[in-house]
Amino acid sequence: MADHHDDLPKFCHPVSTQLLFGVFFGLIFLTIMTVVTSAMAKPMGVPPAFNFPIAMIIATMKAFFVCAFFMHMWWDKAFNVLAFLSSVLFVGLFIAMTLMDTGHYQESIDIFPRAPEESAAPATPAP
Amino acid sequence: MAVVDPTHAHDDHHDHGEFIAHHFEGPEQQFDSGKLGIWLFLITEVLFFSGLFVAYTLYRNHHPEIFEQAHVYLNKYLGGMNTIVLLFSSLTMALAVRAAQLGRNKHCSIYVLITMVCATMFLGVKAVEYSHKWDMGILVRSAFDFTYEHPEQTLVPGLSDYLVYLCVIPAILLIGCIAAMFVLKTSENPNKSKFMGGMSLTVFGYFIGVALGVVFMAAGIGESSKHAGSGATPQPIALYAMTQEKDSQSDHDHESGGKEHHEGDHESVDHKGGDHEGDHEDTEHAHEEGGMGHDGHDDHGHAEHKDPPKFDRDIGIFFSIYYCMTGLHAIHIIAGVIALGWLYWRSLENHWRSDYFGPVDYVGLYWHLVDLIWIYLFPLLYLID
Repeated sequence: MADHHDDLPKFCHPVSTQLLFGVFFGLIFLTIMTVVTSAMAKPMGVPPAFNFPIAMIIATMKAFFVCAFFMHMWWDKAFNVLAFLSSVLFVGLFIAMTLMDTGHYQESIDIFPRAPEESAAPATPAP
Repeated sequence: MAVVDPTHAHDDHHDHGEFIAHHFEGPEQQFDSGKLGIWLFLITEVLFFSGLFVAYTLYRNHHPEIFEQAHVYLNKYLGGMNTIVLLFSSLTMALAVRAAQLGRNKHCSIYVLITMVCATMFLGVKAVEYSHKWDMGILVRSAFDFTYEHPEQTLVPGLSDYLVYLCVIPAILLIGCIAAMFVLKTSENPNKSKFMGGMSLTVFGYFIGVALGVVFMAAGIGESSKHAGSGATPQPIALYAMTQEKDSQSDHDHESGGKEHHEGDHESVDHKGGDHEGDHEDTEHAHEEGGMGHDGHDDHGHAEHKDPPKFDRDIGIFFSIYYCMTGLHAIHIIAGVIALGWLYWRSLENHWRSDYFGPVDYVGLYWHLVDLIWIYLFPLLYLID
């Protein structure tokens, strides 16, 4: 929550330091969690298919904390929040559309042989 | 339309502070306009980065085996440390916004300074990471030329030449800032010298980052870097073993097929199409498949050049994506440091008040977005297994 200072203008709402530090330690915890889960998944027998969603869920939780409290979205105008979240929607749309598109023709690309490997060319042209 | 004499533009206005532009009703309208502006800018930033995220997603979706091979070269602990540095800078940025909102300019300047130092530390660690890869020839696709060996002869013993090159500009900046700090001591405005002092500290942060990264690598945390002259690293050996194994398996598999597989016969294609329905274990799939796709071609390459071992050359595409994403992110960090430098100067000049703190808030939002992008880049690039 924001601090209440009666003498401040109404568009100015400082976030309490406790909350900021709380969010920071939460973020650190989640960062450690991602590294640990990625390292522990194999020994603990988590199917590899779950690694990616788990990492993305943790990243999204972190993104939520940063947006809501560090970026003051929690107290921001609804229009700003909506505008920003709409950009995320478009990112999803871009990814989904391109995946759908390439999903249709990737197999036809794969049947073509690749060009042969270039012979080991010197990194720098000879003088 | 009434023409307002600019010299009297302020006459008919209410309590216009020093920094409230005359075309605004008051501080609140100015603040809200600026905020909408910065949000719109951040939206374009997200869409800008989304192109690279699309490239990443497509390539990973179609060739997960490349990512499995490539991510061994990224040190997740170094990346994790960088994440924490960046998160800490986000915290100090949020604290700087709070200080500006409360009109505490001195606190604000200190928090902004810490944020800048963290930013350059991040860049320093990144420089160590980049130079380490360049030494091994891990470059973008077109220049990818992997070698186990680190160069024996370097400009500074124990340090990569590339790292030394990457330190040249910061070193010049550091000397310049320190010199300016002393020269400006004679200036009537003491803030100028103070500002240059802060900027010196900021640039010095880069070298702290470099030192941290070098110590981290030398300690062999995560990815061993004991190959500073002695030859192979454990991980390339593992990768070598992996490719050898694949080699023998595919040789075995394709004894009958021989090298004809490049013709791309249709039975094989159909088989592949059917296979896709059932399982997406692409690596295995590619083994069965042999001639098609990356692994197939890789095998072909191996058959011709048994020694030295070759990796799938398309690992380079992963690193093209890696360099584009992290490089663009690093450019944003540099831009952020410049913007933060401006905030630092204005904090020293005591510009912030509870009805005028917009710039700190806006740069703060930008800075948090840079952090936000890293929050996604870190698991996507470093935590692939």
